[in-house]
Amino acid sequence: MSEIINGMIQAVELIITLDPELLAITLRTLEISISSTLIAVFISIPLGGLIYFKTFRGKRSVINLIQTLYSLPTVLVGLLVFLLISNEGPLGSLQLLFTPAGMILGQTLLILPIIIGFTITALSSVKGEIKDLALSLGASEFQTVLSIMKEAKYALYAAVILGFGRAISEVGVALMIGGNIRNFTRVITTTMSLETAKGNLELSIALGIILLAIALIINLALNQFQEK
Amino acid sequence: MERNTKIMVALAVIIIAVIAVGAYAYTGGMVGQQTLKISTTTSLEDTGLLPVLEATYEKKYPNVDVQFIAAGTGQALEYGKKGDVDLVMVHSKKQEEQFISEGYGTQRYVFAYNYFYIVGPASDPANINGTNATTAFTDIRVAGTANPTTVQFVSRGDNSGTHNRELALWNSSGADYNTSVRNQSWYIESGKGMGDTLNIANEKNAYTLSDSGTYLAYEGKINLVPLVTQGKDLLNIYSMIPVNPQKFSNVNNEAAMNWVDFVLSPEGQTIIGEYGKDKYGQPLFYPLAGQPEPTG
Repeated sequence: MSEIINGMIQAVELIITLDPELLAITLRTLEISISSTLIAVFISIPLGGLIYFKTFRGKRSVINLIQTLYSLPTVLVGLLVFLLISNEGPLGSLQLLFTPAGMILGQTLLILPIIIGFTITALSSVKGEIKDLALSLGASEFQTVLSIMKEAKYALYAAVILGFGRAISEVGVALMIGGNIRNFTRVITTTMSLETAKGNLELSIALGIILLAIALIINLALNQFQEK
Repeated sequence: MERNTKIMVALAVIIIAVIAVGAYAYTGGMVGQQTLKISTTTSLEDTGLLPVLEATYEKKYPNVDVQFIAAGTGQALEYGKKGDVDLVMVHSKKQEEQFISEGYGTQRYVFAYNYFYIVGPASDPANINGTNATTAFTDIRVAGTANPTTVQFVSRGDNSGTHNRELALWNSSGADYNTSVRNQSWYIESGKGMGDTLNIANEKNAYTLSDSGTYLAYEGKINLVPLVTQGKDLLNIYSMIPVNPQKFSNVNNEAAMNWVDFVLSPEGQTIIGEYGKDKYGQPLFYPLAGQPEPTG
């Protein structure tokens, strides 16, 4: 028990004194996960919109598939991306293995289904009348899409945040693609795993607190938006 | 509709640009900056020796960023076999020689040694204290079969150098590994690195095989004690193998050879020989450059 309390106290000390290693790892983690989320958003929201607005054969199956991929195992993405970008793989010449760029690629793939799926759900929750109204007022198809997205914006924010949450908390891709290289690809989750193994509990606890704090800040921001 | 398509194209261009810029910035876009990727064993990583060597090397070669990827020896060599790293630092002679004979590595440079320890709870329920490695393994197997709840053994189970040595020891103790060791309830495979495995053995009051370096680095945090530490079958030799640049044109052989020269230099060897003396009261590794490979 004293181990846990001591760990907590030292963890708080590390955070208050802005321990340089702690700070560097946190910033690196944010950089990688925000990049993956941004790329995923640029792909997912238009794609989700497209799937929602178009009627095509097998649409239901596509949506089912996307929803199944919500629980895509991180280690499976890790394995697939590893095979893809390893030196002998199809994208080997890009030399992305064991780099932050490789991790971003993996995390992007990991969270694409969630953001696409929740985009579709978000748009589906907007009443059909808005679509009809916009079209009857002479809006182009694209303007209609925009007005519906505007109606669904809070649900879209939630989709993005959900994706970011999965990216920042995952460990499979970070470990298999990043390689947990100190000062280069070592992020919060992989550090926690390594430092716990080494018995340096205070650093692990501090990083755990930071991870939770990031989640809290984001949720508060989201609530703020929704109250407006 | 046409506008819709245009927007999509614009988005695609933005995405590709973001990825390209990101990749450029992250993978050595800085002028003259290169990386030296070394896959290594968890036993070297968990002792903390590598960052000390890295810091001195990077002072000599400021344009090279040394990056360690810690894995078991088996996996470290696999990275080498794909050309994903420039150099491997491992400790399993048989696997290393195969790696070289298959053309993946150029040459084996031994640089340090220490010993494997059989560690376990101080109560020593299988009574192995002071015996030799093969007798100890036999005693653990017999006692474990009789009392699988009190006598347990935690194996790395990850095709690492330590795991390979453990398999060799079961073999030379005369046990049939597949029938009388593996799948027995007293035998636990962790599938993890050396530090994790020591922690698991510690939680379970079990025996395990550890390299002495990692054990000494963990000694203050766990209750396990070294029980068998002597004998030539417990000798643990570390070596470096540059990945063959003729096989993989992308590997940074120049930086890898500079690393080899540095580690084998009097300066590098002194760092290795001194490492851990102040913190653990004894060195974790013994330098080996310029000496015949010890056999006993």
